[in-house]
Parts: sequence; structure tokens; C-alpha cells
Amino acid sequence: MSAIQIIPLNFYILLSAILFSIGVMGVLLRRNAIIIFMSIELMLNAVNLLLVSFSSYHSDGAGQVFVFFIMAVAAAEVSVGLAILVMIYRNTKTTDIDFLNKLKG
Amino acid sequence: MINFVWLIPVFPLIGFLIIGLFGKKFSKGVVAVIGCTTILAAFIISAILFFQLISGSITATTVPLFDWISAGSFSAPFSFLVDPLSSIFLLIITGVGFLIHLYSVGYMHDDEAFYRFFSYLNLFIFFMLLLVLGSNYLILFVGWEGVGLCSYLLIGFWFKNNDYNNAAKKAFVMNRIGDLGFLLGIILIYITFGSTSYSGIFSQAKFFTAGRPVLTAITLLLFVGAMGKSAQIPLYTWLPDAMAGPTPVSALIHAATMVTAGIYMIARSNILYTLSPFTMSLVAIIGVVTAVFAASIALVQNDIKKVLAYSTVSQLGYMFLGLGVGAFTGAVFHVMTHAFFKALLFLGAGSVIHAMGGEQDIRKMGGLKKHLPITAITFLIATLAISGIPPFAGFFSKDEILAHAFGSNVWYWVLGLGGSLMTAFYMFRLLYLTFYGKFRGTEKQEHHLHESPSIMTIPLIVLAVLSVVGGFVGIPESLGGTHILNKFLSPVFADSTLKTLPDILSAGTEQMLMGITVVLLLGVIYFARHKYIVKQEIPVAEGQKIGFVHKLLYHKYFVDELYNNVITKPLDALSEQFDKTFENRLIGGTVNGIGKLVVRLSDLFRRLQTGSIGFYIFAMVISIICILFYKVL
Repeated sequence: MSAIQIIPLNFYILLSAILFSIGVMGVLLRRNAIIIFMSIELMLNAVNLLLVSFSSYHSDGAGQVFVFFIMAVAAAEVSVGLAILVMIYRNTKTTDIDFLNKLKG
Repeated sequence: MINFVWLIPVFPLIGFLIIGLFGKKFSKGVVAVIGCTTILAAFIISAILFFQLISGSITATTVPLFDWISAGSFSAPFSFLVDPLSSIFLLIITGVGFLIHLYSVGYMHDDEAFYRFFSYLNLFIFFMLLLVLGSNYLILFVGWEGVGLCSYLLIGFWFKNNDYNNAAKKAFVMNRIGDLGFLLGIILIYITFGSTSYSGIFSQAKFFTAGRPVLTAITLLLFVGAMGKSAQIPLYTWLPDAMAGPTPVSALIHAATMVTAGIYMIARSNILYTLSPFTMSLVAIIGVVTAVFAASIALVQNDIKKVLAYSTVSQLGYMFLGLGVGAFTGAVFHVMTHAFFKALLFLGAGSVIHAMGGEQDIRKMGGLKKHLPITAITFLIATLAISGIPPFAGFFSKDEILAHAFGSNVWYWVLGLGGSLMTAFYMFRLLYLTFYGKFRGTEKQEHHLHESPSIMTIPLIVLAVLSVVGGFVGIPESLGGTHILNKFLSPVFADSTLKTLPDILSAGTEQMLMGITVVLLLGVIYFARHKYIVKQEIPVAEGQKIGFVHKLLYHKYFVDELYNNVITKPLDALSEQFDKTFENRLIGGTVNGIGKLVVRLSDLFRRLQTGSIGFYIFAMVISIICILFYKVL
């Protein structure tokens, strides 16, 4: 019985759901693009948490591998996204997403 | 030398490419040299081939060049056929073509589009050479369409004049009508014989019985093509209008290329025609009717080139009469002599027009003999030749056709003789009104009168010599000659002569026919002389009252008007209706409707694009929830 399995699986699911919901609410409600980014990370990590715990309970390594992929991809994505954000900030002195509506039809 | 036969069409093609692509940068002299030498080179090779054929060091050969079309069981190699028939045509095309090129250097000297003219001329010669050299009907068709294209380009050469463009379009469209028949004929040939090459078809056709319906259909369809290209009733009206192009072009179209294509094609397909007696008589009838019909129109025309144009239509009619009565050699012979004197007549007319500063109305000419002596003498020779006065070239060729016509049906001969008398009359009328009597133009024109430069008169002289001696290759046996041309060509028509009983006239009958013809011709010429030189009559001016028959002839039997009312106008009305209903409403409506629908829909959806990221994400989340619900439930 590994350390992870000391805590029942339900607790992980619950925690992950809560984290995910917080992430969703953050993305939906906040205006600051950086905070939105952080919220996205929160959602991703909620999923990661689920993957790890399921993989542990099923004694199946595949879940852990997925987590690595998600982290690598997320890191790459964040670096690109942050670079864009930095450029936007340099040009507009703001990261308020409601201000960035130049693409409306 | 036979291995170099491909050079014959390639030389003019190279000339066309060089002049067409870079001619603008060259001086006129360079263009003229390239244009003429390429044709001369082709002529030299043709002449060598011809002499090798005569001496027997080569025989009729198919020269394969490359694999052209092969699809499934169908294959058409690109190969040339060198035999007496194509050799004769090669000589006419390159020889007369070269003289016309040379003449054009002088005639077109002041034209700003000098290089364009020469590139077109070279292309014209190229396609015509392809037409006669091809060893199957497909290559023939390529050349056939090519000369059609070139005639369009050259008739409409002065494209700033809209009338000229219309003439060019008319020539093109009328030829398309004929070409449709021709193409259907080729398709039917392929269906029947499973081949398009001459050797493949003719070797099978030999064993067909005469009068098979499929052969009649093939020959009729091919003849429709010949009607268009060689300007026979009912597709002849484009040729007189083709006068819109520069005069050397008229000479080229009328003498050496284009209009002789139909004669060549039928002479080439002689075995197919021999086996379809119905088509043969139709060819003969159309030919003789055209000959008389066009000659009667030429009687009263006042435009120097129009007279010559109708004369060509009429002479082509004789050639078809010859083909129709089985005198294939006679037809080819007449093509040859006609090439000499018709080119000469047109070039002479060009020289007159050149001297008159563009005037083409013979009522305003007269007395040009002393100002243009060389033109006048050569024109006189050509007139004698086309009228059929012995011993000029036209006499022998026309007489051969008439003799065969007599042997086939006396009425052909009577009509042919009538046309021939009319030919003599209108040609001498033209000659007398142009070169004799008093000058009737303006004073300014009279001062301007001058003989053309030698680059223009030398071709005239050469052609005049040919018009005199050209007939001697075909002196009939009844006059104690040996028909050299007949001997030379006989292998080509060998299968046909086996199928038909030759209509041999006794030497006495033939001599009597010639005698009648010549006496009547001299009478007609005397009459013309009396009318236009002794009484000095001048055709009535425009708008004056003329008799009914005269009016009918002057307006060319109102055929153009008839076509216009019966075919063109209803078609125009129909196409206008189609334009309104189908083009604008149905097709236009559908296409525009789709476009409008897309615009409307996008109008609807663009409202969603607010640019507010919050809204997008919200929509996204809602959508994801919806999808999840849909999946779960």
C-alpha cells in the first residue's frame, strides 16, 4: 500500500473537482490575462492530480506518463503565451482582456 | 534527303518563332531576311525531294518522326508522307509562298507591324506544309485548323478597322462549320477502319464495294470540310470578304495555301471518293455550279480584288468539277497552274493598288499600262492564262478538266464552258478597265503613279514565266504531248483508276472540244475589247439605276443578305433570349444567389464576434458543458 493510497480515492476526486472549478471560475471571472493563465494551470493540475491518483490506485504507469506530457506541453504553451502577453503589455501597458477586443467582427 | 523531310515545315516554324518572339527588336531588313530565307530553305529541300522522286532514287515513303498520340488501342504516330502528290503541293506552297514573301517585303515596307506580318506568314506556310505532309488524317486536321487560325490572323491583320475584323471572324466561323463536318468524317473513318493513317485506311478501302453507305457518309462529311476551306457553295461567302487582309495575304490564301487544302484532301482520299459514286456526282455538281455562279458575280464587280476573289471561287469550282468526274490529276494540275496565275494576278493587283495609293475601284483606274509596264505585261499574261488561251498554263489544266467533264456528262461540259467564257470576259474587263484607256483617277493620284520596286516586280516576272510554261508539264496526248504530270502522279491515283473505267475521248473529239472552247473564248475577248476599249464603256457609278439582272449579280445574288436573315438574325434573337433567361436568370441567379446567401449568413454570425475574451470563454465553457451533457445523457 503506497503513501497515496492511505487517503481514499474519493478525497482526490473531490479535491480535483474543487480545484478545477476554481480554475474555471478564475478563467471566467478574472480580467487580468496573467491570472487567467494561472487559472488554466490550476485546471491542468487538477487533471494531473486525478491522473496520478487513478494511476496509483490501478497500479498502471500510463497515467503518470500522461502527467509528464501535460506538464511539458503546458510549460511550452505558457512560455509562448507569456511571451505574447509581454509583447501586448509593452504595446498597450495593460493586460486587461476586455481592452483587447480588436478582433471583433 | 528523305530523312531531312522534317526540316521542311520546321524551317518556317523557326522563322515564325524568331520573328514572332524577337521581331520587334530587329530591323525590317533582318525580319525580311529571316522570313524569306526560311521559306527558301524549305523550297530547296522540297525541290531536291521532288527531283529525287522523279529520278526514282526514292519512292513514296512514310517517314516516322515520333510517337504522337497513343491511348489504349488507339495510336497515331507523327509521321510525314512523301509521295508525288504531297511533293507537288510542297513545291507550290514553298515556291509560290517564297515569291509572295519576297513581294511582301516591298509591299508591306511602310507598315508598322512588319514583323507581325512576317511571323504570321511563316506560321501560315508552316501549317500548310504540315497539312500536306502529314501521313494521317489527324495531322492533316492539325494543319487544317492551323491555316484556319492563320487566315483569321491575317485577314484581320489591320485590326483597327472593325470591318476587317468582321471579315476575319466571318472566315473563321464559316470554316468552323466546314471543320465540324470534317472532324465528324475523321471520327467516322476511325470507327470504320480503326485507323487514321492513309496507308491503313486506303489499303482496307480498296476491298470495299462501291456505294457502301458508310463510305458515302464519310466522303460527304469530308466534303463539307472541303466546302468550307475551299469556299464552295454554300460556304463560299467568306472568301470574297477575306480581301480585307493585305494583298499578299490574299495571294497566299488564294494561290498557295488554305483554299487548295480541300482539293488536296479529296485528291488524297481519292480511293474513298471513287467508291462513293453519289458523293462524286455531288462534288462535280457543287463544283460546276460554284464555278458558274461565282463567275457570274465576278462579271459586274468593280473592286479589283473582289473580281479576283470571285474568280478564285470559280476556279476552285473547276477543280472540284475535276475531282468529281474522277480527273484527279486534272484537278491537281489546275491547282498548280492556278497557283501561278492567281498569285500573279493578286500580286499585280497589289502593285496597282500600291501605285494608286490604296484605291481599289477599277472605275477610277485606267491607262495604267504606260506607268506600270511590268505590272501590265505580267497581268496580261496572267489574264491570258486564267482565260485559257493556248499555250498559256491555264489552257491545259482547264481543258483537261473540261474534257473529262464532257466524258462524264455533257451538261458539266456545257456549264463549265459557260463559266470559262465568263472568266475570260470578266478578266479582260478587269484588264482593259485597269490598264487601258484614259486615266480616271484624281490628278494627285496620277502624279503618284509609279512602277513598284524590283523586289515586287521580280516575283511578278517569275510568276509570269511560270504562268506561260507551267502548262507544258501536262500537254494532253491528243495534242501530241506526253502528260508528264499524269505519269508522275499516277501511283497516287492507281487504286482509283483500277476501280473506274476511264472515260477515254477520242483524240478527235478532244481536239474538237478545244477548238470550240478557244474560238468562243476569242469571241468573248473580242466582245470585251469592243465594249471597253472601242466604246470605252465604264461601269456605272454607285447609286445609279441598273437592270434587274445586273443588280442581282452586283449584289452577289443577295446571298449574304439571305444568310444574314435566315441564319444570323434568328440565331442572334435566340441567343439574346438565352442570354436573358438562362445566362442572366438561371445561371447568374444561382451563382449570385449563393453568394448573397453566404453574405447574409456571415452577417448573422459576425455579430457573435464581439472581441470580448470573457464572452468567448463563457461560450466555450457552456458549449463544453452542453457536449458533456449530451454525451452523458
